[in-house]
Amino acid sequence: MTTAVLTPPPAVPTTPTLPAVQQALTLAWRNVVKIRKQPEALMDVSLQPIIFTVLFVFVFGGAIAGDWRDYLTYLVPGILVQTLMFATQGIGVALNNDIAKGVFDRFRSLPIARSAPLVGAVLSDVVRYVTSMTVLLAFAVALGFRTTQGLPAAALAVLVALAFAMCLSWVFVWIGLTVRSAGAVQGVGFLATFPLTFGSTALVQADTLPGWLQAFTRNNPVTHLIDTVRGLLLGGPVAEPLAWTAGWAALLLAVFVPLAMRAYRRRV
Amino acid sequence: MTTDSPVIEATGLGLSYGTTRALDGVDLTVPAGTVLGVLGPNGAGKTTAVRVLSTLLRPDTGTARVAGHDIRTDPQAVRRAIGLTGQYASVDEDLTGTQNLTMIGRLLGLPRAAARARAADLLAGFSLTDAADRSAGTYSGGMRRRLDLAASLVGRPQVLFLDEPTTGLDPRSRTEVWDVVRRLVDEGTSVLLTTQYLEEADELADDIVVFDAGRVVAHGTSDELKHRAGAQTLAVRPRERSDLPVVLQVLEQVTGAAPAVDGQGTASVPVRGEAVLGTVLDLLTTRGVGLSELGVRLPSLDEVFFALTGSPTAVPEKEAVA
Ligand SMILES: Nc1ncnc2c1ncn2[C@@H]1O[C@H](COP(=O)(O)OP(=O)(O)O)[C@@H](O)[C@H]1O
Ligand SMILES: [Mg+2]
Repeated sequence: MTTAVLTPPPAVPTTPTLPAVQQALTLAWRNVVKIRKQPEALMDVSLQPIIFTVLFVFVFGGAIAGDWRDYLTYLVPGILVQTLMFATQGIGVALNNDIAKGVFDRFRSLPIARSAPLVGAVLSDVVRYVTSMTVLLAFAVALGFRTTQGLPAAALAVLVALAFAMCLSWVFVWIGLTVRSAGAVQGVGFLATFPLTFGSTALVQADTLPGWLQAFTRNNPVTHLIDTVRGLLLGGPVAEPLAWTAGWAALLLAVFVPLAMRAYRRRV
Repeated sequence: MTTDSPVIEATGLGLSYGTTRALDGVDLTVPAGTVLGVLGPNGAGKTTAVRVLSTLLRPDTGTARVAGHDIRTDPQAVRRAIGLTGQYASVDEDLTGTQNLTMIGRLLGLPRAAARARAADLLAGFSLTDAADRSAGTYSGGMRRRLDLAASLVGRPQVLFLDEPTTGLDPRSRTEVWDVVRRLVDEGTSVLLTTQYLEEADELADDIVVFDAGRVVAHGTSDELKHRAGAQTLAVRPRERSDLPVVLQVLEQVTGAAPAVDGQGTASVPVRGEAVLGTVLDLLTTRGVGLSELGVRLPSLDEVFFALTGSPTAVPEKEAVA
């Protein structure tokens, strides 16, 4: 074995942040390799959008909107965000499993940024989010859904939703590191996600709701995101819900990144 | 840091899990270039000690310096100097051997090509080249262990922690791991390894500490430990069987204990230390007794271990009677 290969290159780490980014990307790559090897890991995010669409459009559509095609148009932004919310939970389960298997022990014994394994996990989940949104939009378009605002606006809608999901996933990173078993992670995740996704404008407009629920729905971050996406896909106000969405995303990051990092340091 | 200062120096390490005192004031020292064997039964605190020294756990009390860096105040510097192979293989089963090692090389800052070259190098060194592109999940227990070991060597660590590196391995794989450890030590690596196997400590370790219930109950080379545990046996066989009564008389006179005689006419009696050997020899020579065997037999490391840790299961019947 030659020493030249073994000595780390002294020229590479110039700024302290660059290695951290490189490390997070390396660990994200690891997760993507795992997904490629087990594509069934993407089953939930591929099937959920289809099941939700079919259920809501054909079961409730006629009763709520009269014509299912009109309801489909209203519903697509809502289901896009809703299925994304459920997709973010997977990260908690995955992290919990990784820790239980001892894989993280190796990472924690290496001289790498503490945040790298967590940031890597969040980054690799982009694959899940993109899968979820692609499946939904493809299915909706097949059923006759059309955006009225052009493709650039639609692309922006997808990007905003993606960015929000990545901020929200820190909540589930934290839960995944705090709760003992993977099963419990899923339970806690669903408890947190259900009121937020269903108590929103995903399925019905806020005005149809009783007063107390309207108050919750109007201030629900998921509503702001759905309204943003709806505006970008179908027209309507964008600036205000987008500002709210950005604010919520920043708040989620500010609260849950430190919480997750602290839980990670404690959890062995 | 001078070259002869110890690479690991721990004082008063204590750590509790709730009410379980996993480490209860552990001191240990590993001189550079040596192997320390941490020997102890299940639950003795070996893994906890390794996790504390490799910065995975913070001790409640005490501290340690590893490769000259304080585990409390400069854990990142410690991590740059160490390699860790945990008790349970922490290889990624969905990744191939090459991917596992390349990933670690990349994490350590090696450029892509260098990380690949390093991975290939290590896989060859651990006879894993044929399995390089297979998922680690398909590896046998021994291969997985070797990959895990290789993974802890990617960064060329100065200090290597091996937590029960051969537990659960078949004898051949065990010998392979031993060879690897010897090779690394020859190249200058310092090693702290834990084991439940006395034979392993005897084979590899320069020094041994025996753990029990979170404490160091004994410390020394394997020979020193055998001496310290006492229960040595003085065995004497006269050339002429007719001299046996004289031998028995002398032995009883010197040691104050009644000797036992076996079928070959060997008289044996428990002694502490080898000092009596000279006295016995002098007395027998004066009386003109010719000897065909005279010696002090040390207890096996097994006997020492079980004497020290007080585990009742392994005290052999015949020793208990003698
Ligand atoms: N995570 C943990 N939580 C609670 N108790 C633990 C934990 N890890 C180890 N212990 C306890 O600490 C003691 C020492 O364990 P360990 O260091 O694993 O011993 P060894 O490696 O020598 O078998 C044991 O009593 C064990 O049950
Ligand atoms: Mg152990």
